[in-house]
Amino acid sequence: MLAFTLRRAVQAIGVMFAVGIIAFSMFRFAGDPVNQIVSIDTPAAEREAVRKSLGLDDPVPVQFVRYFADAAQFKFGVSYQFRQPVSALLMERMPATLELAICATVFAMVLGILMGVYSALKRDTVLAKLFQAVSLIGISLPTFLIGILLIYLFAVTLGWLPSFGRGEVVRLGWWTTGLLTLSGLKALIMPSITLGLFQMTLIMRLVRAEMLEVLRTDYIRFARARGLTTRAVHFGHALKNTLIPVITVAGLQFGSVIAFSIITETVFQWPGMGLLFVQAVQNVDIPIMAAYLLMVSLIFVTINLVVDILYTVVDPRLRATVGRAA
Amino acid sequence: MTDTVLSVRNLQVEFASRRGTLRAIDGVSFDIAKGEVLGVVGESGAGKSVTGLAVIGLIDPPGRIAGGEIHLSGLRIDNLPPDEMRRVRGKRIGMIFQDPLTSLNPLYRVGDQIVETIRTHLNLSETAARRRAIDLLAEVGIPAPDKRIDGYPHEFSGGMRQRVVIALAICAEPELIIADEPTTALDVSVQAQIISLIKRLGRDHGTAVMLVTHDMGVIAETSDRVAVMYAGRVAEIGPVQDVVKNPLHPYAKGLMGAIPTLAGEDKRLVQIPGSMPRLSAIPRGCSFNPRCALAFDRCRVDRPEPLRQGAQSVACHLYDKAPAESAA
Repeated sequence: MLAFTLRRAVQAIGVMFAVGIIAFSMFRFAGDPVNQIVSIDTPAAEREAVRKSLGLDDPVPVQFVRYFADAAQFKFGVSYQFRQPVSALLMERMPATLELAICATVFAMVLGILMGVYSALKRDTVLAKLFQAVSLIGISLPTFLIGILLIYLFAVTLGWLPSFGRGEVVRLGWWTTGLLTLSGLKALIMPSITLGLFQMTLIMRLVRAEMLEVLRTDYIRFARARGLTTRAVHFGHALKNTLIPVITVAGLQFGSVIAFSIITETVFQWPGMGLLFVQAVQNVDIPIMAAYLLMVSLIFVTINLVVDILYTVVDPRLRATVGRAA
Repeated sequence: MTDTVLSVRNLQVEFASRRGTLRAIDGVSFDIAKGEVLGVVGESGAGKSVTGLAVIGLIDPPGRIAGGEIHLSGLRIDNLPPDEMRRVRGKRIGMIFQDPLTSLNPLYRVGDQIVETIRTHLNLSETAARRRAIDLLAEVGIPAPDKRIDGYPHEFSGGMRQRVVIALAICAEPELIIADEPTTALDVSVQAQIISLIKRLGRDHGTAVMLVTHDMGVIAETSDRVAVMYAGRVAEIGPVQDVVKNPLHPYAKGLMGAIPTLAGEDKRLVQIPGSMPRLSAIPRGCSFNPRCALAFDRCRVDRPEPLRQGAQSVACHLYDKAPAESAA
C-alpha cells in the first residue's frame, strides 16, 4: 500500500516536471515579454534594463533552473500587467475559484447520485423519464449558454439573484469566503449550477447505467435470495458497487471543474483564477498563464493521486493486487 | 405424505414477450419431503431453473407465475405479498446459485455478508451472529473459520466460495434448500466435495433439497428421487434407482441411454435425435412427439397427464392402458 502510494507520487512528480517544461517554454515562444511591458517609444537602453531586471538576458538553462526552483516554492515571478507577484494574485483569487468548484461538485454529486439511483430503481416512472430528458439537455448545452439563460431568467427577468460577482465576502485569514453572507450565498447559486450542471448529468447517467448493470449481477440476485430487505439490497449492496466508477469520474471531473471554471467565471464575472487567466491571455501576461497552467496541473495530479488511493479503500480486490505487485 | 416440505401443484410460469406470451413452465407438480433430495434434470431451457426461481419467488418481470400453487410446509407461498415472501426467502428457503465466483458481493467481507443475513432473519446480537457465522463456516468445511471470516470473497477459491454460499443458504436453518446447478462452475474434484456437503447438511438438519442440474452423475449420487423435465413439463418423476435403471418415458430412456459408460469402448455417443422445441413453438399434444420414435396419433393431439407406474409417475400415452384396451 505504501509502496503503491509512493510509486504513484513519484509518477505525479514526473508529470509536474513535464508540465513545468511546457510552462517555461511559454516564456520563450509566446513573443518578447518586454514588448508587452514597455510602450512603443521606450528607448532601447531602457528596454535592456527591463530585460535585465526580469532576468531575461540569462542563458536559457539558467532561466529554466531559476524558474523551476521558484515555482517549487510557489514563486511565479511578477505579472507584466499588474506589476505584482503572480503568487499573490493567484492566492487572492484561489478561494473564489475553489469555493465555486466545491459547491458545483457537491451540487453535481448529491443531485447526480440521487437522480441516478432514482431513475435506475424506478425506471418506468414519469419522473425517471423526465430526469433522462433533462440530463440530455444538461449534457448537450454549452456552459456559457446555460449561464446566460440563468442570468436572463433569474437575474434580469425575476430579479431574484445577482447576475455577477461574489457578493459580500468574509475574510478568514488569507481565505475569503462568500459562504457566510446572504449575498455571497445568493451569488454562488447560479455559477454553481452553471458549472456543475454538466457534471451532474454526467454523474446521473453514469450512476443510472452502473446501477442497472449492478442490479443484474448474480450477487444482487443472491442477496435477494437471502431475503435481505429491498433497502439493504439497493443501498447496501448495489449502491456501493455502483460508486466505484463514480469516484473516478467525479474525481477527474473535479479537476476539469476547476480548469473549465474559466467560462463560468467569465460569464458571471466571478473574481477567481479563471477570470484572471482570461485577462492574462488578452494581455499576453505569460507569468500568470504559466502559473495557472502549473496550478491546474498540480490540482489534477493531486486529485488523480487521491482517486487512486480512494479506489483501494473502496475495493478490497485492488488492495490485494496492489499488495502483490508491490 | 405427512411431512411434505414443498408441494408444487400445476405450476405455470409465463414470460410476456414481443411475440406474445411464452409459457416456460406448464403444469409442473411435485413434492419434496423432509430430509429428501429431489433431483431435477433436463436439457438447457427445460425449465429447471425457472421452477426453482418460481418456488423462491424470484421470477422477475416480464415473467410471472400464471397459475398453480406452491405450498411450503402447508403455507401457500406463491401469492404472498412481497415483504412476507422476502421473509420466507433466506429464512425458510435457502438458495444456492450456479456460479460461486459471482454470487458474493466482492466489496464486503464474507463474515459481514453472513452476519447481515443472519441478523435479517434471526434476532441475534452482532457478536452472537458472528459466533454463529464462524460455526457455519466450520460446518461447511472452511478451515480456520475464525480467521477466514474476515476475508474478502476474492481471497477464496471457487470451491471455498461455494462453501460460503452454502453457509449463507443454511444460516437461518431453512426447511428447503434450492441448489441451482451448484457444481457446474466447479472442477470435478471439488464437485464431489460440494455434493457430499449438500447431502450431509440435508441429512443432518432434515432439510429438503431441490437439486437442479443437468448432470445425471450428480443426481444418481445425491438424490432420493428425480424429476425429468422436458419443455416446461415433468416427463417422469420417481425414485432415483428406478428412473435411472428403468426409465419409462421415451425421453428419460433417451437421456439415460445417452450417459456414456466407462466400459463402452469406441462407440459413438448415443444421442436423442432433434432438439428441444423453442418456447414459442411447442408442439400440440405431447411436447416430445416430434423426437419420439414411439409416437402415435394420440401423441400429436392429446397432452399426456402424469400416470402412476409403481413408484414412478410418467406423462406418456404409452402407459395409458384404457384406450389401448378399448381399441383391442
